[in-house]
Amino acid sequence: MTSHHVAEEPIKKVAIFGGTHGNELTGVFLVKHWLENGTEIQRMGLEVKPLITNPKAVKKCTRYIDCDLNRVFDLENLGKNISEDLPYEVRRAQEINLLFGPKNSEDSYDVIFDLHNTTSNMGCTLILEDSRNDFLIQMFHYIKTSLAPLPCYVYLIEHPSLKYATTRSIAKYPVGIEVGPQPHGVLRADILNQMRKMIKHALDFIHDFNEGKEFPPCAIEVYKIMEKVDYPRNESGEIAAVIHPNLQDQDWKPLHPGDPVFLTLDGKTILLGGDCTVYPVFVNEAAYYEKKEAFAKTTKLTLNARSIRSLSR
Amino acid sequence: MCSLPVPRQPLRRVAVTGGTHGNEMSGVYLARHWLQAPGDLQRPSFSATPVLANPAATAACRRYVDRDLNRTFTTTFLTARASPDDPYEVTRARELNQLLGPKASGQAFDFILDLHNTTANMGTCLIADNAHNVFAMHLCHHLQLQKPELSCRVFLYQQPGEESYAIASVAKNGIGLELGPQPQGVLRADLFSRMRALVAACLDFIELFNQGTAFPAFEAEAYSVSGTVDFPRTQDGDLAGTVHPQLQDRDFEPLRPGAPIFQTFGGEDVLYEGESTVFPVFINEAAYYEKGIAFIQTEKLTFSVPALPSLTPAPSPVP
Repeated sequence: MTSHHVAEEPIKKVAIFGGTHGNELTGVFLVKHWLENGTEIQRMGLEVKPLITNPKAVKKCTRYIDCDLNRVFDLENLGKNISEDLPYEVRRAQEINLLFGPKNSEDSYDVIFDLHNTTSNMGCTLILEDSRNDFLIQMFHYIKTSLAPLPCYVYLIEHPSLKYATTRSIAKYPVGIEVGPQPHGVLRADILNQMRKMIKHALDFIHDFNEGKEFPPCAIEVYKIMEKVDYPRNESGEIAAVIHPNLQDQDWKPLHPGDPVFLTLDGKTILLGGDCTVYPVFVNEAAYYEKKEAFAKTTKLTLNARSIRSLSR
Repeated sequence: MCSLPVPRQPLRRVAVTGGTHGNEMSGVYLARHWLQAPGDLQRPSFSATPVLANPAATAACRRYVDRDLNRTFTTTFLTARASPDDPYEVTRARELNQLLGPKASGQAFDFILDLHNTTANMGTCLIADNAHNVFAMHLCHHLQLQKPELSCRVFLYQQPGEESYAIASVAKNGIGLELGPQPQGVLRADLFSRMRALVAACLDFIELFNQGTAFPAFEAEAYSVSGTVDFPRTQDGDLAGTVHPQLQDRDFEPLRPGAPIFQTFGGEDVLYEGESTVFPVFINEAAYYEKGIAFIQTEKLTFSVPALPSLTPAPSPVP
């Protein structure tokens, strides 16, 4: 008998990471709360483990100590010989990889949710690393449907050079959760309540999947990264312009060629070049000044997932 | 109400300080810009001096390196014997005291305008020490009249008997501009333009005063500090909840007894138990977590500010 759905193994091990960036406080305090009282993240037959991934950065309320933890989960860094000279975050990445990976192995956790905030006006955002992942497309479809009418966007970071080695990438199914706008070092109740709902729906989906529920084919709209755009700079490399007021807070909204993008400090407007409409994300994110990223351009596309159902247990 | 003496000479030595907190970007970028192109700061009777107050913190995009610079301009710090072990900001405060002071001396600058941002929804807030500062009250009133669309509010920070500690206290007079909401480390065009326009209006007021303009008495409204409220905490001192959605972003709005102020992670509401209505400000300011402040309570005052007389002496009555 032919089956039209993709049969997959049930999910057994789930982790929820907070504090990968120590000043993104929603994940920090949700995870701390769940470490004390995890009732709301428990589901029958599922192991769900919360973890503060960068405790030193959390303690100092800073993004990182030596380098960005969310960029060092590549096989080169994970394979380096342990030494005191390694940046703190690389040592910590190796510890996390031992506990929740090893990356690309059978033993790794099935799903890792990594909780982030942004200063950009991105609302509820799910970050997808692989466009062919039926299970996560189905999960994101479920979360989006459950959150409606609250919008929830999907950012696809699949790209030959711009994809980065995330903390969650050690799992078979990595899920980035990004909610904003929230200043770094601030904990807003509205943002916390939204992120909490996203996790609830995600865990409910996994539970339903494990129970053998079949999810019919679905489609979701995603925004795929095209390129990163730096601030205009002067000869000394200093930032010479701000995000234009017309673009500020307009994440996910169409930006057309000829629309204002930057305003220089002496008052000149800089327009979007090129000939295609793009969708900006991470507009004016505080942490990306040092990464030379004023915003990222994305293109909108639709991803389809086949029907999925877990193998009976 | 007793008032402080008003200036009887033109204000010629004026400084505009940005980056007193290194991650409050409107002032950081304005100070940097004016250090290269000071045209905005020139007036017929004076040219204001731009100062990047905390360059090390600015370079690191942090509030401070060792301690909060804007709490370091006290006599104790400014006059203690210098040592190589001094915190960076203590050394820097002494340098600024040499440049812009010395505090409480005749050589001190006439006026300091200090530029800040907050993550709280404070809109346009003018910070002065107290209601007796007639010149500052007139400046604030002038900004309110010139920029009605900004609904500028006046916040009085000094509590009775408290020694001044902020950078503006090094000069003979000064105010702070506090614009929000803006995340730390982010430069928003709207706040940058607003800050720039406010600085221009402040300098215009000083110019008018220097040119001999008199300003009539008026009735002022201001928010004066009456206390601070900390977050709910666990036994370990960690946060047990955060600002309630019904209080978040409601700076300067009345908070009545019984209204929710915090939401715990367990989902309970914490209610305001004060006895009278207060006006909360700096609600959920990132930099105040470490100070144990979820918001500052103020009371709303109305008071009369006497006229600011013209510098040109009025003709004496004929005997």
